[in-house]
Amino acid sequence: MQALYAQLLVGLINGSFYALLSLGLAVIFGMLNIINFAHGALYMMGAFVAFFLLNGIDVPTMTSLLNGSWLTLFNGVSLPIVGTIKLPPLEMFHVGIGLSYWWALIIAPIIVGIFGMILERTMLQWLSGLDHLYGLLLTFGIALIVQGVFQNYFGSSGLPYAIPDELKGGTNLGFMFLPIYRGWVVIFSLVVCLGTWYLIERTRLGAYLRAATENPTLVRAFGINVPRMITLTYGLGVGLAALAGVLSAPINQVRPLMGADLIIVVFAVVVIGGMGSIMGSIITGFALGVIEGLTKYFYPEASNTVVFVLMVLVLLVKPSGLTGRAT
Amino acid sequence: MTAMTDDTLPVTARTIRDEMIAFGIMTALLLVVPLTGVYPFFVMQALCFALLACAFNLLIGYGGLLSFGHAMFLGTAGYFTAHALKVWGVTPELGILIGTAGAAGLGVITGVVAIRRQGIYFAMITLALSQLLYFIYLQTPFTHGEDGIQGIPQGYLIGIFNLANPTVLYYVILASFLFGFLVIFRTINSPFGEVLKSIRENEQRAISLGYKTDQYKLLAYILSGTLAGFAGSLKVFVAQNASLTDVHWSMSGEIVLMTLVGGLGTVFGPVVGAFVIIAMQQYLAGFGQWVTVIQGVIFVACVLAFRRGVVGEIAHYFRRSL
Repeated sequence: MQALYAQLLVGLINGSFYALLSLGLAVIFGMLNIINFAHGALYMMGAFVAFFLLNGIDVPTMTSLLNGSWLTLFNGVSLPIVGTIKLPPLEMFHVGIGLSYWWALIIAPIIVGIFGMILERTMLQWLSGLDHLYGLLLTFGIALIVQGVFQNYFGSSGLPYAIPDELKGGTNLGFMFLPIYRGWVVIFSLVVCLGTWYLIERTRLGAYLRAATENPTLVRAFGINVPRMITLTYGLGVGLAALAGVLSAPINQVRPLMGADLIIVVFAVVVIGGMGSIMGSIITGFALGVIEGLTKYFYPEASNTVVFVLMVLVLLVKPSGLTGRAT
Repeated sequence: MTAMTDDTLPVTARTIRDEMIAFGIMTALLLVVPLTGVYPFFVMQALCFALLACAFNLLIGYGGLLSFGHAMFLGTAGYFTAHALKVWGVTPELGILIGTAGAAGLGVITGVVAIRRQGIYFAMITLALSQLLYFIYLQTPFTHGEDGIQGIPQGYLIGIFNLANPTVLYYVILASFLFGFLVIFRTINSPFGEVLKSIRENEQRAISLGYKTDQYKLLAYILSGTLAGFAGSLKVFVAQNASLTDVHWSMSGEIVLMTLVGGLGTVFGPVVGAFVIIAMQQYLAGFGQWVTVIQGVIFVACVLAFRRGVVGEIAHYFRRSL
């Protein structure tokens, strides 16, 4: 029984990440009509920013930037006029501020959110009016760039991120041993998800947002700056992904490709749940995480594939998704 | 479909004459390749990917369906052919048939599921289905997991052509590529192709005119998958292995990239795109992961500034359809 509860807990944790990510995807899709393929890469960035905040980061020195040695990857390439490129080795120095996990929970989503808003302003906004598929292709390209850059500098192996002292250890619940950090992830994710739901469904800002989703032209006529709202929405969705990344850093290690496979599962979650409802995304995310956890216990061979199989079944029975409107 | 192809559509009506001339030039160029001393392995690999991209383009360019999981056909046909050749010891032509049939069967099964949704959902569903297949191939014993099936015998095609000879293999691959290309060319110029295009432009209207659009889309999907599988079977003879990379989502992304670079919805675009991308991978192989970054940059640049692709731009400039 212990193993069953343990797998259920793992399922709930994965479900938290599915919920946070699919929630962000749904919010972004509602406003921008874009399926954000870069969501997994931005989730990964959230974890990396948390890692940098805690452990510091190596940055090139000013001399290295000026003498061009940050281009050392081109060493050995022969060019017509310049000849074979030979640059001095890159000098780095370490910048460390040692901000704890708690700071990372706030700062990482903001930094990644700002990065996302820059992406939206510089690239995504030019796609409005084009077919949705171009948004998918563009964000796929962004994901390749971000993941590739991180892979170049950090390899493919994982970097450890320690559980904060306050959340170390565990408690005995009588029927199982609960590591505190894992319990914290589930509860905190649930709170964030419900908070986002409240923001969108119950506040004035959320009302503007929903109105702009339905009819942006009319909302603009009322004097609301819709393009700015679109940018902020993208920042919000991306920030949720980064938050999930910070939460997962102590559990899953920090890896450049940590979001690459996850985003495909989240796509399946989105297909199952449909993107019509915020609450639908949250519930579907958690439910599928739990089902995956149960599968790990009862039939581990299928734990990788169970979400995809469920997607096929849902498509056969109810093609529009469990909560979605037909498209 | 709304604006997917609005700015990629040719200004003038398509003319078979222009396309036949272009086809003649392409065939002539490819026929003389072994005489030029270009590394034949590179061209053979590019031809397999060109056929794959053409098959993918049939779906997106003419049916308006973006499949983000076309690697599953490549990989499935590759595994089937490789297994048949190595373990069962069948002849090459039978191996190709088995691989292509496997891809066709996969097309029927996944097609029934995938065509239930359109647009963006179709892309996500095909991606998820191919990931499902990836995990299945990772776990089933006959694919040998991470190692893949290696050292596949090439044998004699119809008992005559020695496929271990690079020149013979080249012409066999070229003939197969041209065959697949002509099948696609015939399809898009048939009444069936016209209906597909009408579905791309306005599915509701096509339905109101009495076309069972789901059947057309399913048929196009199966045809595209079968031809992609044909390309995968051919690739086994070139690479002499079948591995998990062929089923991975990054391979699906590369297929999309090839078609995008060459020009979505153009007849010759995928061929040009495949050669461009394969050549790029060949020359930049030393840069490791930077190849991924460069591919990402090309994706972004194509979508933002270069939506017609290479062939699309040329065709637009000369006001022809290519």
